[in-house]
Amino acid sequence: MAEKFVAKLSEFKDGDRRIVFIGDNEIGVFRHDGEFHAYSNFCLHQGGPACEGLTIAKVEERLRPDKTSMGLFFSENEMHFVCPWHGMEYDMKTGECVSDRRMKLKKYKTVQKGDDLYVIA
Amino acid sequence: MDLIADRGRRVTIEELNTSRLLAHARKQAHQRNFDDMVIVDVDAHHYENENQNEWLPFMENDVLRQLSLSAGSKRNRTGIMPTNVGYQDMGGRVTRYPMRGSEKTESENGAGRDIQLGHRWMDAMSVDYSCLFPTGMLNIGMHPQKEMEVELCWAYNRWLTEKVMPEADGRFFSMLCLPFSDPEASLRQVETFGDRKHVGGFMVTTVRSNMAVYDNAYMKMYRAMEERGLVLSFHSGPNWGEPIYRSCNRFMAAHALGFSWYNVLHCTNWVVNGMGERFPKLPVVWIEAGLAWVPFLMQRLDHEFMLRPSEAPLLKKKPSDYMRDMYYSSQPMEIQDYGAMETTFRMINAETQLLYSSDYPHWDFDLPSTIWDLPFLSEKAKHNILGGTAARLFKLPPRNEKQKENLKRFGNLTATAA
Repeated sequence: MAEKFVAKLSEFKDGDRRIVFIGDNEIGVFRHDGEFHAYSNFCLHQGGPACEGLTIAKVEERLRPDKTSMGLFFSENEMHFVCPWHGMEYDMKTGECVSDRRMKLKKYKTVQKGDDLYVIA
Repeated sequence: MDLIADRGRRVTIEELNTSRLLAHARKQAHQRNFDDMVIVDVDAHHYENENQNEWLPFMENDVLRQLSLSAGSKRNRTGIMPTNVGYQDMGGRVTRYPMRGSEKTESENGAGRDIQLGHRWMDAMSVDYSCLFPTGMLNIGMHPQKEMEVELCWAYNRWLTEKVMPEADGRFFSMLCLPFSDPEASLRQVETFGDRKHVGGFMVTTVRSNMAVYDNAYMKMYRAMEERGLVLSFHSGPNWGEPIYRSCNRFMAAHALGFSWYNVLHCTNWVVNGMGERFPKLPVVWIEAGLAWVPFLMQRLDHEFMLRPSEAPLLKKKPSDYMRDMYYSSQPMEIQDYGAMETTFRMINAETQLLYSSDYPHWDFDLPSTIWDLPFLSEKAKHNILGGTAARLFKLPPRNEKQKENLKRFGNLTATAA
């Protein structure tokens, strides 16, 4: 397992992302709510660049106690990242495909050393 | 460029470069040696509305041309093409929709830009030939004016055959858009354009409220196509405005049902009226409805036919047998259950009747690997579906020696293409 430099922490703002290339492998690293999340950049659907698209909150439909719909809302606490090829959505905190949570992107660990961020791959 | 996400939050996305976006497709193509085989995409699109100032002048009628040029100008708020409510870009999640304008090409607009963008995605996927279809014109069947439908199809077909395809290094061909509301005008377009280079056949847009494919008025046109060795295709689409879909409150519902429904409807009428008996040498392709509808319709029609043959007296075999004589484009392939898919492939004789299509750049495109990676297909089936069968059907030559060897190996090298 090797450490690969991702970015200077001071230059990696919340909401940003970096794509790290290690040989043929590609890893997407996100900074979200102060935490770092690193996943394989190959979408589980058709292999698209899963980490290079839009980040957008989960869409929820809220129901009243009588099961009538209140309509659609953006989640307050679940962020997704979206493969730009076909719109496959992944949970930012787990890498799970939100349409079928049995499918998960490979997750990588990150390590901070001073002002430097590394991913371990 | 910034895209708007939740609650107005801005997310910065790199400007679009199709080659960069599809870098993983190129990697897949390299890993699977796709350059060694002819790959034909029988359903790809451009956005002809972006270039309408180039093709509207080809309209023949002075008054209708002036109306269209005025309505179609950027200063005008009216449109010239029927439109649909829809969210193909998924709120910007499919970034190539909102980012499309940011992509740089040598030509800023016009046919040159369309060709360059097309070649970028084709090269990434290792697609040798693309059947180029319009996007907005897929709604032409909903135009309230028959004469405008005729004029718009005429102008677009002239532009495509005279300005676009001749400049595309021979890698684009098309099945031209028919003004199906007017059978006489459709025949005239077949007679005028049918023998032109890069024309493989004609396409009927199936989103129409009243379309009787069996009407006597169309027989001359089908005959003209059959005599010329052309292909007839039916390209499906969604129409959320159709009364039956007004109960759908989500685009995905109207989209999932609409594409399948229009092909189910018109294929049923085609089969029941014995069109396969009337024009046995006219190849027919059903485009962009996925594949799951085909086994459903085969079973449904066979069941009815066994009990009611008097209502389909032209048929000499079961409806499903006629359906197996026709061709189907592969996209969007419903890959969720391999068992169901394998059954579907068996039922349609996929090895000889299925044609790969990407539908790129639309949101639910499929890469060639969706066919190549299927675990139950033989090598011959993979080669046939990805391009061999289409190469035979549209008489497309190999682009290198390896491709020639592979076409020959699986019996797809036609005399004209060799």
